[in-house]
Amino acid sequence: MGILKFLAKRLVFSVFVLLGLSILIFLISRVLPGDPVRMALGPRAPEWAVQQLREQMHLDKPLPVQYYYWLSGALRGDLGQSLFTRRAVIDDIKEFLPATMELALFAGVIMAVFGILFGAIAGRYSNTWIDNVVRIFSYIGVVTPSFVFAILFLLLFGYLLGWFPTAGRLSPWIQRPPVITGMVTVDSLITGNWAALGDALWHMVLPAVALALGGMAQEARITRATISDNLKKDYIASAKGFGVPERLVMLKYLLKPSLIPTVSILGLDFASLLGNAFLVELIFNWPGFSRYGINAMLRKDLNAIAAVVMVLGVVFVTVNILVDLVVAWLDPRIRLGAERGK
Amino acid sequence: MFKSPQWQRRKEGFRRGWYKFSRNPVSVVGLFFVLLVSFLAAFAPYVAPYPEHAGRFVNFREASQPPSLRHLCGTDVFGRDILSRIFFGFRYSLMMGVVVLSLVVPPGVILGLIAGYYRGTWIETLIMRVTDIFLAVPPLILALAVCSVLTPSVFNAMMAISLMWWPWYTRLVYGLASSLKHEFFVQAAEVTGASKFHILFREILPNCVSSIFTKMSLDMGWVILIGSALSFVGLGAQPPTPDLGTMVADGAKYLPDQWWIAVFPALAIMITVLGFNLLGDGFRDLFALEEI
Repeated sequence: MGILKFLAKRLVFSVFVLLGLSILIFLISRVLPGDPVRMALGPRAPEWAVQQLREQMHLDKPLPVQYYYWLSGALRGDLGQSLFTRRAVIDDIKEFLPATMELALFAGVIMAVFGILFGAIAGRYSNTWIDNVVRIFSYIGVVTPSFVFAILFLLLFGYLLGWFPTAGRLSPWIQRPPVITGMVTVDSLITGNWAALGDALWHMVLPAVALALGGMAQEARITRATISDNLKKDYIASAKGFGVPERLVMLKYLLKPSLIPTVSILGLDFASLLGNAFLVELIFNWPGFSRYGINAMLRKDLNAIAAVVMVLGVVFVTVNILVDLVVAWLDPRIRLGAERGK
Repeated sequence: MFKSPQWQRRKEGFRRGWYKFSRNPVSVVGLFFVLLVSFLAAFAPYVAPYPEHAGRFVNFREASQPPSLRHLCGTDVFGRDILSRIFFGFRYSLMMGVVVLSLVVPPGVILGLIAGYYRGTWIETLIMRVTDIFLAVPPLILALAVCSVLTPSVFNAMMAISLMWWPWYTRLVYGLASSLKHEFFVQAAEVTGASKFHILFREILPNCVSSIFTKMSLDMGWVILIGSALSFVGLGAQPPTPDLGTMVADGAKYLPDQWWIAVFPALAIMITVLGFNLLGDGFRDLFALEEI
């Protein structure tokens, strides 16, 4: 019951956050110098055509009315027409979003698993050479812009060593699986197309690792700090005193409570991962949502920009609810707090 | 004035702080990087080997030279000395960090103080819910979106990042202030009839300064990273501005043969960000802060 109430509260709260975000992004996209209709039609379009498109897009109405049209459209799944591709923005999103979700999820898993693993090892062997090596690498991971990683990987493993492909999602000679979810790995898994699955994963390694490294370093740093703090606590000493095997102490008693801070910032790290996807997709020519977004931004395609930001807002809010649920599962204090209605 | 007991006490406190800070070699390395980058930025016209190469300069006879004694980091496709351009690039990176933080910290901190002190009232709800909206999207994406509707320039990039950055300070100070308001010294001030202004700025704020300061040091690094990302995609500084992100983006076109054009500016970004990060970590240890 407690967890359901907690979830319901978070959901209601998220709806308000997204509404606020929609106002913010609407204001950003409308209250700007320049005429979006002129930009879409070009300087030589006749005045009547400009008027017509302006009326069609409700741009001649006052701002609150425009917002009403935009929001009611967005709720029906109509995010307007891209001023550049002249397609419905929602169709563009359907086409490009799965590629980014696939990449971001793969990178997120790499980030969480290896971040926690390295952090736990460094925390267990704190102040030894292992700890120092992990520390140095995590500093490098934190301070290097993801586009620098992307360029370096592309050069080193893509061009010089030739171990991984340098662009796209699938090799041209591989038979494409039918589009079911749009995520090539999942689609090929469903249809049992193992060649495509392997090829898709192989294409994802470099961009996903380039995306994951920054967050991975953060996760490792935080896990290390909590593990080495918790190791000094009495309950660990008593467990060891009872003769509980070291592996059991580490995995059962130490790791679970130590993951709380790490998981809490996983949501934030996932956010920066989505942000960095904008740069990494550009470099690896990954036909994804972020590359679509950055192109929309470079062309001032307002409807597309607003839609991209809103969709990322929804993704981010959803991820944060999931993170809260995991934290509540890990940390009984929060669960019980929710039950008390706090 | 320098003999007054207050001054002596300050000097003593500073000396102890420096002693604790300097015990950690990592923080000292961070401080060294920060001072080095600041020095090179401040005196770029005097220390750069070819200061005239910072802007619009072309010398095709020297184009795309690998690193040598004449050009320690090589030259780009226009024949400009990359080391000199990096020194000038530090100026833009540091300026970005300083301008953004000085625009962001005062409003962010004040809103956080107010929201924390008036916890449980509609004022808190209003401020913190607006903050949540800004935090609901990765900062890089909102900054990109804002930059994209404006004309790309260093100035607009700084404005866009500032617009996205204040909520982090509001959230930090809100957390601190809402727990500090229950401390005895705040209650004592309330009982003696101190003004709200006095309580917020003279009682609560001084206890938040070390956290704010530490976060600012870490954020210098993040702002520089985001700024370089903006100019990397072409929504920030525009050529021929010697901005490090722009230089990496330009150099990336000539990889892998002319690797030095992109690699050295990338290393320059890393050293700057690393310096501020190590320094921030040093402050965090010094002030014994747990969460930032």
